[in-house]
Amino acid sequence: MSAATTLNWTAAPRGDAAVRYESREATREVPWVKWTILGISLTFFAVFLLLPLVAVFVEALRKGWETYWSALIHEDALWAIKLTLTAAAISVPLNLVFGVCAAWAIAKFEFRGKHLLITLIDLPFSVSPVIAGLIYVLIFGAQGWLGPWLAEHDIRIIFAVPGIVLATVFVTFPFVARELIPLMQAQGREEEEAAIVLGANGWQTFWYVTLPNIKWGLLYGVILCNARAMGEFGAVSVVSGHIRGQTNTLPLHVEILYNEYQFAAAFAVASLLALLALVTLAVKTWVEHRASGGSQSREAHQDAAS
Amino acid sequence: MSASRTFRVLPGFHLTLGYTLAYLSLIVLLPLAAVFLKSASLSAAEFWHVISAPRVVATYRLSFGVSLAAAAINAVFGLMLAWSLVRYSFPGKRFVDALIDLPFALPTAVAGIALTALYAKNGWIGQYLEPQGIQVAFKPLGVLVALVFIGLPFVVRTVQPVLEDLDTELEEAAASLGAQRWQIFRHVILPVLLPALLTGFALAFARAVGEYGSVIFIAGNIPMVSEITPLMIITKLEQYDYAGATAIAVVMLVLSFLLLLLINGLQAWTAKRTGRDR
Repeated sequence: MSAATTLNWTAAPRGDAAVRYESREATREVPWVKWTILGISLTFFAVFLLLPLVAVFVEALRKGWETYWSALIHEDALWAIKLTLTAAAISVPLNLVFGVCAAWAIAKFEFRGKHLLITLIDLPFSVSPVIAGLIYVLIFGAQGWLGPWLAEHDIRIIFAVPGIVLATVFVTFPFVARELIPLMQAQGREEEEAAIVLGANGWQTFWYVTLPNIKWGLLYGVILCNARAMGEFGAVSVVSGHIRGQTNTLPLHVEILYNEYQFAAAFAVASLLALLALVTLAVKTWVEHRASGGSQSREAHQDAAS
Repeated sequence: MSASRTFRVLPGFHLTLGYTLAYLSLIVLLPLAAVFLKSASLSAAEFWHVISAPRVVATYRLSFGVSLAAAAINAVFGLMLAWSLVRYSFPGKRFVDALIDLPFALPTAVAGIALTALYAKNGWIGQYLEPQGIQVAFKPLGVLVALVFIGLPFVVRTVQPVLEDLDTELEEAAASLGAQRWQIFRHVILPVLLPALLTGFALAFARAVGEYGSVIFIAGNIPMVSEITPLMIITKLEQYDYAGATAIAVVMLVLSFLLLLLINGLQAWTAKRTGRDR
């Protein structure tokens, strides 16, 4: 297994697929058209994507490393980090289990209403994060349906950690499921059926047959889910109440510092989140490379043959 | 397939489907239903009064208008970026390709303050635009910049795979029949890309309408000028006007559902188009 993957890494120098277009008269543009398109699109990329990212780090270090460091080890910042990690540590596993269950039911079985179910799973992506927060305020808030009962039993959900977790679970709900469903549908169920026929039980089948097939997709979904869980702002903002050192996640802490004109500190904390985003993208790129390694080298072969 | 419907070999169907439905209902469906139920506490006249108040209508105009403009800008430049990534080789291509997803990974609040720092009066870009009389931050133009940032990957990532799968033989056939490069693009490539491009446009638009975090820092949030609809919900909530907040949320939710239907239709069209041409 490892030998095969090493081979992929070395044997496929990732011969840029673009060469295939640029080497043929029929599929390439004249140079000035090519350079204009390339120039415009890369300028657009630099201004709209690269510059904001660079700005975060430059602004964060504007007042020097000392200010930067003291903003990060401030008590409120540390609390925000802890709360953010907690919210992600609860919501990601919940949505992971859900994603695997949903994908198993949808990909391995036929039933009516499957398309509707897939659409409903995607629903949280098309709902504004502000509404995601609002729905839980309507249910658990002081004026909400369960509000009086919760107050009686001294349970706080809104303006407290459970509300933050709920809102995070909502906005990250589809991530794992939507990665796994198409993947497991494409893989079919012959392998699992063979395992069952040979006497494996359901759990063994999942663990030894399904999981190795879906591990990259699973990892991919978890990474994206985690990034969103740690970075969610709108939904969490509605349910948190912005209580310093109690219900402030990292993104909310950034907002508070920024609104208090502590720009360097705000950007320092923001740079942590930007680093998280960069790590997410790096892992994502790596996973994609691993997952598509085989198919890419196949493409290269076809190319060489033609 | 029909055999497995009558006799399922694989275990766990009832367990996994049951858990899926229960979890989906508990986390998503019931809470969303709460919005509609809560809005029913308003009479039709009250509901209409809330959602047609001039300040609220101004937010629709801004949110929808600017979201459409941002999605259109993304459709144009996203197509060019996808084209560059698929068709040309240039140094740093993998870096550019990976960073396209930055708006998905970067928390919106971080994007918001970064864009504000760039486009404020004394910001990196703002200081050059200001003397030209162009104000970006704290104006509707600032909202546009934030929404362009947020929506770009939707277009690139829906167009790029279709472009990669595009059969070059079609182009070669067209070229051998004497078509110019532009004619080939216009009549051979674009028709295949169109459904994907429209899907990307719709996805970017849907995301932009609901976007909150990246916008509020750069928008300035001036009533009647640069307030977005999601902010209106927050404002109502802060005034403990739950019914009012809910009424606006219903308007947005209905729009989201319509967009979702549209996007599903477009995706089916994309699949059909590309499947037929393959």
